[in-house]
Amino acid sequence: MKRSIIFSLLTFVFLISSCLKDLDREPLNLQTSIAVYKDPANYIHVLAKLYAGLAVTGQTGPAGNPDISTAIVDEGFSSYLRMLWNLQELPTDEAKCRWTDTGIPDLNKWIWSDGNQWIRGGFVRFLYQVTSCNEFIKQTDDKLLDERGFGDEDKAKIRIYRAEARFLKALSLFHAMDIFGNVPDITDENKFPGTEFPVQMNRITLFNYIESELLAIESSLSPRSAQEYGRATQGAAQTLLAKLYLNSQVYTGTDRYTDVITYCEKVINGGGYSLESKYTNLFRADNNMSNEMIFAISSDGSRTLSYGSTTFLINGSGFPTTVVAATGDTTAGSSYPSLTLRDTTGSTAGWQGLIGAKELIRQFPDSGQDSRFQFVTGLRLPDILAIPNTPLKQGYIVKKFRNLTSQNVFGGNASFADTDFPLFRLADVYLMYAEANLRGGGGNSGQALTYFNALRERAYGNSSHNAAGISLDDILSERSRELYWEAHRRTDLIRFGKFTGGSYVWTWKGNDAAGTSTAEYLNLYPLPASELTANPNLTQNPGY
Amino acid sequence: MLKLLRTALFFSVFLTTAAQGQVVTGTLTDEENEPIIGGLIRIANTTAGTATNLDGNYVLNLLKEGESVLEFSLLGYAKETRTVTVAKGQTVSVNVVMKTSVSDLSEFVVVGYGSTEKKDITGSVVSINSKDFNQGSVNTPEQLILGKAAGVQVTPNGGSPGSGSTIRIRGGSSLNASNDPLIVIDGVPISNDAIGGSPNPLSLINPNDIENMTILKDASAAAIYGSRASNGVIIITTKKGIQGSKFRVGLNSVNSVSTVAKYADVFTADELRAYIATRDTTALSLLGTSNTDWQKEIYQTAISTDNNLVFSGGLKRLPYRVSLGYLNQNGLLRKDNLERQTANISLSPKFLKDHLTFEINQKSTLSNSFFANQGAVGAAVAFDPTQPVKTDGPRYGGYFEWESGPIPNPLSVRNPVALIEQRQDISTVSRHIGNIQADYKFHFLPELRANLNLGYDIANSRGSITVEDSAAAAYSAQNTGSFNQYEQYRRNKLMEFYLNYRKDIKSIRSVVDVIAGYSYQDWYFESPNFRTVDGQGDTIVGTQAPAFPLSNSQNTLISGYARLNYTFNQKYLFTFTVREDGSSRFAKDQRWGLFPSAAFAWRIAEEKLFKKMKHLSDLKLRLGYGITGQQDVGANFNFLPLYTQGENSASYQFGNNFYYTLRPNVYDPDFRWESTTTYNGGIDYSFYEGRINGSLDVYYKKTTDLIAEINIPAGINFGSRVLTNVGSIENRGIEFVINTVPVVRKNLEWSVGFNATANRNNILALDRFDTPTDLGTETGGIAGNVGSFIQINSVGFPVNTFFVFEQRYDAAGKPIESGELITPNNPDYNGDGVVNAEDRYKDTDAYVDRNNDLIINNQDRYRSNNSAPQLIIGFNTSVTYKKWTFSLLARGNFGQYVYNNFQSNTGVEDAIITPQGNINNGSVNAQESGFSGRQLQSDYYIRKASFVRFDNINIGYNFGEIGSKISSLRIFATIQNAFIITKYEGIDPEIFNGIDNNIYPRPRIFSLGVNIQL
Repeated sequence: MKRSIIFSLLTFVFLISSCLKDLDREPLNLQTSIAVYKDPANYIHVLAKLYAGLAVTGQTGPAGNPDISTAIVDEGFSSYLRMLWNLQELPTDEAKCRWTDTGIPDLNKWIWSDGNQWIRGGFVRFLYQVTSCNEFIKQTDDKLLDERGFGDEDKAKIRIYRAEARFLKALSLFHAMDIFGNVPDITDENKFPGTEFPVQMNRITLFNYIESELLAIESSLSPRSAQEYGRATQGAAQTLLAKLYLNSQVYTGTDRYTDVITYCEKVINGGGYSLESKYTNLFRADNNMSNEMIFAISSDGSRTLSYGSTTFLINGSGFPTTVVAATGDTTAGSSYPSLTLRDTTGSTAGWQGLIGAKELIRQFPDSGQDSRFQFVTGLRLPDILAIPNTPLKQGYIVKKFRNLTSQNVFGGNASFADTDFPLFRLADVYLMYAEANLRGGGGNSGQALTYFNALRERAYGNSSHNAAGISLDDILSERSRELYWEAHRRTDLIRFGKFTGGSYVWTWKGNDAAGTSTAEYLNLYPLPASELTANPNLTQNPGY
Repeated sequence: MLKLLRTALFFSVFLTTAAQGQVVTGTLTDEENEPIIGGLIRIANTTAGTATNLDGNYVLNLLKEGESVLEFSLLGYAKETRTVTVAKGQTVSVNVVMKTSVSDLSEFVVVGYGSTEKKDITGSVVSINSKDFNQGSVNTPEQLILGKAAGVQVTPNGGSPGSGSTIRIRGGSSLNASNDPLIVIDGVPISNDAIGGSPNPLSLINPNDIENMTILKDASAAAIYGSRASNGVIIITTKKGIQGSKFRVGLNSVNSVSTVAKYADVFTADELRAYIATRDTTALSLLGTSNTDWQKEIYQTAISTDNNLVFSGGLKRLPYRVSLGYLNQNGLLRKDNLERQTANISLSPKFLKDHLTFEINQKSTLSNSFFANQGAVGAAVAFDPTQPVKTDGPRYGGYFEWESGPIPNPLSVRNPVALIEQRQDISTVSRHIGNIQADYKFHFLPELRANLNLGYDIANSRGSITVEDSAAAAYSAQNTGSFNQYEQYRRNKLMEFYLNYRKDIKSIRSVVDVIAGYSYQDWYFESPNFRTVDGQGDTIVGTQAPAFPLSNSQNTLISGYARLNYTFNQKYLFTFTVREDGSSRFAKDQRWGLFPSAAFAWRIAEEKLFKKMKHLSDLKLRLGYGITGQQDVGANFNFLPLYTQGENSASYQFGNNFYYTLRPNVYDPDFRWESTTTYNGGIDYSFYEGRINGSLDVYYKKTTDLIAEINIPAGINFGSRVLTNVGSIENRGIEFVINTVPVVRKNLEWSVGFNATANRNNILALDRFDTPTDLGTETGGIAGNVGSFIQINSVGFPVNTFFVFEQRYDAAGKPIESGELITPNNPDYNGDGVVNAEDRYKDTDAYVDRNNDLIINNQDRYRSNNSAPQLIIGFNTSVTYKKWTFSLLARGNFGQYVYNNFQSNTGVEDAIITPQGNINNGSVNAQESGFSGRQLQSDYYIRKASFVRFDNINIGYNFGEIGSKISSLRIFATIQNAFIITKYEGIDPEIFNGIDNNIYPRPRIFSLGVNIQL
């Protein structure tokens, strides 16, 4: 018996000394960053996350294991596109949202504050993308690749990945600059992520940084012909440059219209893109086949799932048939209510939220003929008289985006869309060219008119509605007709001086059902309060 | 190796024989000359002893010749000491009359790694024995002490079987880390982590086997548990066999009936018809012709039974106790059921002339649950009462459902009865907690003992949820229903070793008691990830196999600890403890935390001046200080830069291929311990031989390096918020306890106890740097819309303070809603000369524009009250008259507020006449507020929720001995949750965190019990 005790004591002393190493536990299902970057096969998966950051909200679709904490914003809300779309569209004359969820009425009614969850969520999501890109860019430095002993073939591939990451970083910085103006400077990938508080940079500095990055990678990116669908190409970088220059007056106070023409020409002439023959095909479940697509956010009903992306636009526009129309609505080949919700949108989920403002409908005086008129009117009332708690029949339903293919075949999943979101497409470049030409950027005015009319011909199916001449106001209206609900509207209205002020008012502008004048400082959204308290180096945008 | 050792030890049980020689015999009786059964006789300073039999007789074998000191004790009686001198081989008789004592100062109280006499305790400790436990249908351990201990707030989680409670000791000292106390069962600290398929981890412990629950409240008492003690420690000791006692069989059976105490106040079918007629006559056409009370359809009167069979005795030097338990509990919600079988074995053999003692405990539980769909609780209050339960139509199994075309309306509420009837949610959980504790008193130095404790806590669970293919809730185009399954395995291993040296050094009037030990504990968790399949078990087209076949994680805690108790002259008591903990949850250089404490107690009653005071039995002053930690943060690798592989459902398409993603996770390399500093001052008092006794404690707790999730500046990490150490909160409070026995007569005893606790908590800092503009962190998500919170944590305010708009009211006292027509007399509000529909209330009419910017937005919300009670009281009384006993327990919370989310979410016109084209039911408050849209963040819904609950009323009759076979027969009847006094309008004002939203009603339970001892 005694021996047992002594033996157990000895065993025990042995155990103590050997147990301390148990404190060095490592995760069993996750990989450390060192392990990830050791294997060249992992790089495309990290790159896939940088792209997926635009489409999904976390590591489980449609929700679960979110990128952005749900204390900042609900995960379903936190998709990149959904943030961008709400901030770019809800205050404008194109869209409203009926939901009462915190922060949404504020965007509709122009009463947003620095605590708004969409403002907070958008800011965080845009810069989260930048941080993720920074890490990948840092880890794909040539020196590190050499240290890891990768072969030339791997290195060549990874260099292109790296240029794509720099494009994605420039894209998100562009959105941050456009929407928030003066953002923290996290451009240096060797410093961020890190331990320092970023300092604030103004819009001009950021503009210059984005421009220099895009110019630097323009030739490192693959041309469209050599790249697979979904990834950033030279054309994507050139389109973003054109967009940057087009709004340069707003961002920097100096216009750059000549550069707009230069880069639009590069895309139009050298990009290998062509207009899709049928407008509606651009927003269907098989739109990844379109030759007009320059850069899209991919969506798939079984593999790339989120409550953002086009699923949000399609399901958000789904309404019960009882409030759609009493009698047949024959627009665009649909008829109600004999068809189910699925037949309208391609989805069985009707979230009953997104509606078009009456000003958008009025952009189409000859609704029957313009194939871009993708609205359900029927029994619906044009005036949106209450926000929040908008009555169910107020506002037109927009059925531009659908989870149906161009052949009217349903997408693979009844409630999640296969439809990709066209962030950049050729029609936008055509209109940018025309606008820059009108604004004195050079180019050829005849060519500008041709591009303008190319879109109208596609819309009407013939040249009967072609314009003989165009003005800047025509451009703004045409952009709305062609590009509505594609997250451009706020930027466009600001460039035309119409977003704030009283020269143009619309439904619920300035917290008034009929619309009223607003203060100029509202051209920028505020930096979120949560960011100001987390980073002492930041100063709030003027006016807030 | 350990297995071998254990086997060796088991064998030696049978080899050891008792020594023959000197004997002491006698009888123990009480003051009324009744024999005392189960009285303990112990040889002082040893563990050797015996117990009295049914006649109060005992026989004690003495190992030693000559003088021995014997101690006679039993709960509820004052300890007696006798010195006997027994010559070799002689038998001496010692009869003792035991005096009743209300507060036995010599009672032993477990304090963590040992026990101490109550009079020697220096910290704030509450010990509650089984005789004081709540009776009736009590199925989880913490409900035994509900309302019995000051500073311990036990809030039942709701009415489903085994759902347990939230326990808070002296408020919560953490923001994001766990605020649950550490629970130690027979020396094994158990995991508080939920076990999938089990309603609550504590629900797997059979309360009938518990002998004592001791709560270590302040740091000086709890610091011996170091990094896990910040929220207090609950030590549970189970019942054991008694050495030398006869073989006994006990049967305990409690059978109960649960009823719904209160239904949610919704419209009846006719009231709803009337309401809709006043709001929107066009919606009347949507109404049906039935009169269905959906709450009555889903709830039932539930019958439960709880039976326990206990065998115990002392086979020579092997005291044993074996118990078998069977619980079958039905919930108020139809189909809700918990069936639990428990088996406990406890052996306490002694060897080597009592130098080596063992304690072997094995607790096994097998529970089978059927979880009723709790979604039905919310659905029943929202479903249109004018619709029938069944239409016997072709779809949805004949249940009535709202449709949109040929499919169920995706946005409307589902039929509550169908939710319950068409879903099978079942689980099987087994849990085994066991340990073997060996205590060896050195032969050459009996003051020194070594204690080795090896333990484990293993839980296995598996469960599945099947929804019928006809169910609207699982509608899919293929009509295949749904099937989900899960499995979990948790293992917690423990090894502890300590040395204890205790010496009474009479020459310097000092007692020294030192303990030093080592502890190793390891937690492992795994759960297979199943592929998604449909209700037929077939793979769903387009879905992929999970990225990882298994999820698992592991963490380890290694500690060294020491305690010194020093008593001088029986009057001045000092305790010093220190524990060093190392956790694998932190990076190497942050891993170790040191947690010291010190306490001093002065037994004032022992001073000459006070000794003269005739009625003063005891008076003790206690002062304590200590630092405890917290590491229960859920995350195991918050300090490592890790990449998570995405699921296939979140992959991205390049060309024609989909790629899974690799995402860098947010992390904090400097992540470290949270630490709480506690100061405690207390007085224990006792008068008239303990007939009036109690204590008064004041405390202050401050937590720094709070483990909190905070916003991080964009760009510096992967993600928007990180779990890190920042900020500080404080809790301060006062606790008062008084127990009295106003009447003690031959046939009548009446006792009354009262306790009161007041705790205030306050956030001191939340940010890394001083940011006066910081509003704080919103918390407390509410139903009604996505992303809405009703509470905020901000500096200078208590945790979970309500953050709301200040509602304005019209002259008639009705809350104003923006956009509503102004009534009465429609004034020309907009001044356009005509009175018409344009004259409506504006936002600033509805809410107070606190910053005067003429718009109502987030900046206009203010911090209102908070959900924590300002004062908690417990009151209990019992009367024993001859063979009758009567007891009553009442509890009260005062100064607490509840946000009535049930009213705010369902009690408005838009919730009732819904946009999706159907009618819902809702709170009758819709009538009172008159709101058409939801005003979720209005302070109109913050309601005072003070209450007094008469929680337990018990009456019992003890037949005593019946014939020669039955030594004791007792029957009792209990009403739990008998009634509640409150002004709160909801189902129940007692809601942890203060957000009232579709709670599963707490049942009113009537039970009948019988207790037979053979």
